[in-house]
Amino acid sequence: MNPKRRRSMSENRKSPMNRQKRRTGRRHPLATVALLALGLVFTGGAYAAFSTGTAQAESSANSQQTIDEGKKLFQANCATCHGLEAQGTKEGPSLIGVGAAAVDFQVGTGRMPMQMQGPQAQQKPVQFTDEQVKQLAYYVASLGPGPDIPADHLTNGGGDAANGAELFRINCAMCHNVAGAGGALTEGKFAPPLTDVSGVHIYEAMVTGPQNMPVFNDMNISPEDKRDIITYLKYVQDNRSPGGFELGSIGPVAEGLFIWIFGLGSLVAITVWITAKSN
Amino acid sequence: MSTATTNAPQKRSFTAAASVYVNERTSIAGFVKELGRKAFPDHWSFLLGEVALFAFVVVLISGTFLTFFFQASMAEVHYNGSYVPLKGVEMSVAMASTLDISFDIRGGLFVRQMHHWAALLFVAAIGLHMLRIFFTGAFRKPRELNWVIGFVLFILAMAEGFTGYSLPDDLLSGNGLAIINGMIKGFPLVGTWMSFLLFGGEFPGTDIVGRLYTLHILLLPALVVAFVALHLVFVVVHKHTQYAGPGKTPGNAVGPPILPVYAAKAGGFFFIVFGVLALIASLFTINPIWNYGPYDPSPVSAGTQPDWYIGFADGALRLIPPGWEFVWLDRTWSFNILVPIIAIGVFIVLALMYPFIEAWVKGDKREHHIADRPRNAPTRTAIGAAGVTFYAGLWAAASSDLLATHFSLTMEGVIHALQAVVILGPFVAYFITKRVCIALQKKDREIVLHGFESGRIVKLPGGEFIEVHEPLDEYERWRLVSFETYEPLMLRPNSRGKITFGQRLRAGMSRWFFEDRIAPVTKGELEAGHGEHH
Repeated sequence: MNPKRRRSMSENRKSPMNRQKRRTGRRHPLATVALLALGLVFTGGAYAAFSTGTAQAESSANSQQTIDEGKKLFQANCATCHGLEAQGTKEGPSLIGVGAAAVDFQVGTGRMPMQMQGPQAQQKPVQFTDEQVKQLAYYVASLGPGPDIPADHLTNGGGDAANGAELFRINCAMCHNVAGAGGALTEGKFAPPLTDVSGVHIYEAMVTGPQNMPVFNDMNISPEDKRDIITYLKYVQDNRSPGGFELGSIGPVAEGLFIWIFGLGSLVAITVWITAKSN
Repeated sequence: MSTATTNAPQKRSFTAAASVYVNERTSIAGFVKELGRKAFPDHWSFLLGEVALFAFVVVLISGTFLTFFFQASMAEVHYNGSYVPLKGVEMSVAMASTLDISFDIRGGLFVRQMHHWAALLFVAAIGLHMLRIFFTGAFRKPRELNWVIGFVLFILAMAEGFTGYSLPDDLLSGNGLAIINGMIKGFPLVGTWMSFLLFGGEFPGTDIVGRLYTLHILLLPALVVAFVALHLVFVVVHKHTQYAGPGKTPGNAVGPPILPVYAAKAGGFFFIVFGVLALIASLFTINPIWNYGPYDPSPVSAGTQPDWYIGFADGALRLIPPGWEFVWLDRTWSFNILVPIIAIGVFIVLALMYPFIEAWVKGDKREHHIADRPRNAPTRTAIGAAGVTFYAGLWAAASSDLLATHFSLTMEGVIHALQAVVILGPFVAYFITKRVCIALQKKDREIVLHGFESGRIVKLPGGEFIEVHEPLDEYERWRLVSFETYEPLMLRPNSRGKITFGQRLRAGMSRWFFEDRIAPVTKGELEAGHGEHH
């Protein structure tokens, strides 16, 4: 898990043009090890020097000032569990190398700062402004290389919905339900509904694997396929069911409850009316 | 009508003329006279079977429409209809034609949803109707066979439903068939052969939709229609049951005659059922196959459940603890599948045979036409409650994952709780129900003997306060005292002076049924009671 994750992280900060060529080279198992070692040595040292290399998407956002602001926010709001230098404590994991995407997802959806320890972090109202979320994200990104916040063309829903739907059914539906209505996992954990999640957050979840979600790196599902999945989910979000109210899109259980309570219930009420005595 | 008969017999109204015309050619008058004057007791619970019947008619009508457009073929095509997220996706013709019905045929989605909602209602109404029959003892002689026919109809309805929702060949229906395939393969020795026979080779194959279609639109509907007809003939032959009341005897049936009142009510009720289903079908999505996509053996969606009436079987599979499958004699023994099948099989057979079991225990060979109030047969009602709890536990287990997510519970917690409900729940339900019934009977006795509390507190001249009890009116009293009690059978030697095992069993069962009982208030008690108070 870990080596793979790091690989995808270090890959992410390279420019998109190089990515295709580099990936084929890195498929070799030994290349992974070599790259890992190289990556660890280089990034550790090099990042202290030029920590501005992480984010190409918003070059103005990750200035030293942004990072400093992020650090202040981090130390005030996150350090209790993640440590003053984001090195991790018994209460929370190290954030070095999780990347801007992970922070943007966790803080941007209101999961972090976490309300309480539990089977998984619950969503709550978002605590920071978008600007503050970005400051936090780039501060954490400055600590070590990791997946960046995705570019707009990957998350705006402009892909192929049919391909995305098929990928979603194969890779995502067993936890999130075919219509993205969410589903249960073990021990009180769950896959949340995707019915009102933004494209950026869906993309970030796929590349960072928050909570109990596995990481779908770019070798597993390419950025274009991720875009297609987001396109499908946006289609489901924007187009209500042609058949009427969806009853939560959770399948036959809701349908069965509905027909017993409202279907049969209303007809029983009518039978009472029909057989009521006239006086 | 009256003008036609009194004033001018030769100048008949159109209705009269038409009646005469038809009768002269068919001699239908005798039939109408016999049937049209049959009384049908009026009670809301007697209409539940009609709800089922009317829902079935709606299923037949909407299903006929669907057969015009559905193609039961598993040949592969690339979908090219209106639904964007499936464009170009490879799927079977069955799935593509169902999508066409949903998106490209005018009124298709409405009729498809109406068909599916009506099917759910059909089975639900059968279930409620069966509960009414059971808890009022309307299955007793002479109606035992009609209970069996009704039960067969219930199973046929489930089979109709299952074959129906397997037809679109979408992901959900394919998952359902995969479970059936697994269950069939769970049978020792013959399982694999049976599976290959059903699916025409390795699951899923390319035959199953066509085969299920034949069953769904030919064999099963024919059987349902035949059994419904038989069921109704028996209702006419036996007369309808009625609740106890003044003037209602085992030898009569009190209520409006079928013609004209009852037929008008029932006919109107059909349109109400049709209308309610049309309303539901136009407002609420059911089985959105476009979400599920074409069947592919690899993906399974979260929240995959069968339709509600198969839920109890799915739940039984979910409740089996892990590790019940092992290899012995070089074969796999899947007790994780066999135990639920056996448990459900035993449950169904017991429910099917219950009228005969109860009659044997009672040793009662008389006819019964007055429906029991559930409290007046405490043991039967308690057995019914135990059965309902067992079924409901299995049923709830089919939605264990949704219970977990929607009530913020752990899946394991839900499963363990439902395991307890299914195994211990029936005993708890039995005990509580029996005690509640007996308590209600005691209350009835009290009310008959002493009247009901009026809430009026009166101060007597001596300073004593009493609450005035108002006596019951005669009608209400009749309702409360007219029921039968049975006493436990005496164990007697037979003609050869032996006490057989069967006799002992029967006496034991009889003691279990009737040891705790409350007798109805007798005339003597009533008069004595009145003497005390007035």
